[in-house]
Amino acid sequence: MKRSLLPRLSPEWAPYVFLSPFVLLFVVFGIFPLVFSFYLAFQSWEPTAGLLAMKFVGLENFAFALQDEWFWKSLKNTVWLATAAGVPQHLVAIPLAFFIHTSYKRSRNSVVGIYFLPYITSTVAIAMMFSTLFSTEYGMINQGLHALGQVPGLGWLAPAQPIDWLNHAENVKPAISLVVFWRYLGFNTVLYLAALQTIPGDIYEAATMDGAGRWQQFWFITLPSLKPMIYFGVMLSVVGGLQLFEEPFILTGGRGGTDQAGMTTAMYMYRTAFEFNDFGTASALSWLLFVFVALLTWLTNQAFKDRHAQK
Amino acid sequence: MRKSDRMAPWAAYLLVGVGMFIMLAPFYFMFVFASHSRSDIFSLPPPLWFGNDFMLNFSILTERIPFWRSLGWSLYVALAATGLTLLFCSMGGYAFAMFEFRFKKPLFTLVMATMLLPAFLGMIPTFMIMDAFGWIDQPRALYIPGAASAFGIFMMRQFITSSIPRDLIEAARMDGCGELRIYWSIVLPLLQPAMGTLGLITFIGSWNNFIGPLIVMRSPEMYTLPLALRSLQSPVNTEWGALMAGAAIATVPLLVLFAISSRRLIDGLTSGAVRG
Repeated sequence: MKRSLLPRLSPEWAPYVFLSPFVLLFVVFGIFPLVFSFYLAFQSWEPTAGLLAMKFVGLENFAFALQDEWFWKSLKNTVWLATAAGVPQHLVAIPLAFFIHTSYKRSRNSVVGIYFLPYITSTVAIAMMFSTLFSTEYGMINQGLHALGQVPGLGWLAPAQPIDWLNHAENVKPAISLVVFWRYLGFNTVLYLAALQTIPGDIYEAATMDGAGRWQQFWFITLPSLKPMIYFGVMLSVVGGLQLFEEPFILTGGRGGTDQAGMTTAMYMYRTAFEFNDFGTASALSWLLFVFVALLTWLTNQAFKDRHAQK
Repeated sequence: MRKSDRMAPWAAYLLVGVGMFIMLAPFYFMFVFASHSRSDIFSLPPPLWFGNDFMLNFSILTERIPFWRSLGWSLYVALAATGLTLLFCSMGGYAFAMFEFRFKKPLFTLVMATMLLPAFLGMIPTFMIMDAFGWIDQPRALYIPGAASAFGIFMMRQFITSSIPRDLIEAARMDGCGELRIYWSIVLPLLQPAMGTLGLITFIGSWNNFIGPLIVMRSPEMYTLPLALRSLQSPVNTEWGALMAGAAIATVPLLVLFAISSRRLIDGLTSGAVRG
């Protein structure tokens, strides 16, 4: 046998050797930051002052955050955005997946691919792109709405004034939601398509025999079978939506927009740490957001469980 | 099923078509705007077809930001991340799939748990660790921490369990083959399909990463592409043509990768989509 250049390794030690990079990286960049972030949440500290300047302040950071107007505002914004972008994602993705599943055969992959494409592209590049599309006087979106408004019967679509999407407090959130919706619709559609493929076709055939129409089949067979995937998809949207950062960050120029209308909690946390240099409060904010995410995850869980029990 | 195919209403096809148009339009206009001057982009009606100013925009772009350096860093970080991730995740996945050892269960539970933790919790301490290590402005700060990703290990473990026979490993062991050689000469070549998918996902994730560099890259000459693009954004006088040119160039590699491997990529990204 050819002599190996690799050192010999016995089977007892092999798994530990193979796992060592994971364990090392996990301890240094996974567990330690988590523990340290918790520790930091109870300290008052500005990074410029050096590590020794850290001072234990108990729950002060949390108390401050809970009385902070901006924190509540950012939380409200986050929930608003997660809902306005998240709910339509599923309401559109489910029928879309159903339609693609039943009506496209050969061209299915390209149709799915086009809907999925936004998901893999750089959020920054795309948010920059949308900034020009949202421009008030000359932006494509306002132009498009205007053009649609000229079509007979669609007059209601044309706003009286061009909409100032990104500089007006009440328009920023719809604009951000639109981008988020655009980006994740295809992803959700793919999830539902995957679930639809697992429903055996003979259930539908039996239903057709029994005289069930397309709509009834969708309502009584497809939707119930999709339930586990809806749960999974909604969960992803909840967890992802509450961590929204990049889209609002770019679309509001990193500052949250007029009257902080587009500032999410993740963004506020980032600003507290790296713009206001307050690492303690920022850590407290991150744990508050975590508690909130966990709470909503639990609620989602309960919502799905309850309906199950009723049936 | 088949019977209802013919009955699909034309309106639904129309809606799906309009939807595809809406999905593609921003990409299309990104490339159109990349070839127009700033004043053209903001004119009435806005340009719908390609113009002649791409080279002009590109020269503004290279003037405003160290474009080639940023492109280079993006490429370097993405390739390093991909290489390391493939190595570490295949090692970890192999250990979990083929060996029995102490702490296997709790370790695997930890792997799964890390997939559920929100990334923002570690943001500030990660910055501090990088600072303490002297890794601020170092590309390794971007590709090392995530190299043994839970998602990758999980994916590799699934693939190895389902497609590499245990007997093959046993046989090699009987023949006196060392463990490292088994991994390197038998397991790795068999892992190629899964490595392709994980490699693509890692490359694209790294290429698009914004928050990572935003936190650890402090000097403009170390900016990766997304960060450099964002530095072009200013409250007054943003050079939109140049910005679109940069965005378009940053998007081309993704479009190419997607065109080659859309099926595999979609399956890979959605199979373990916990990190969505």
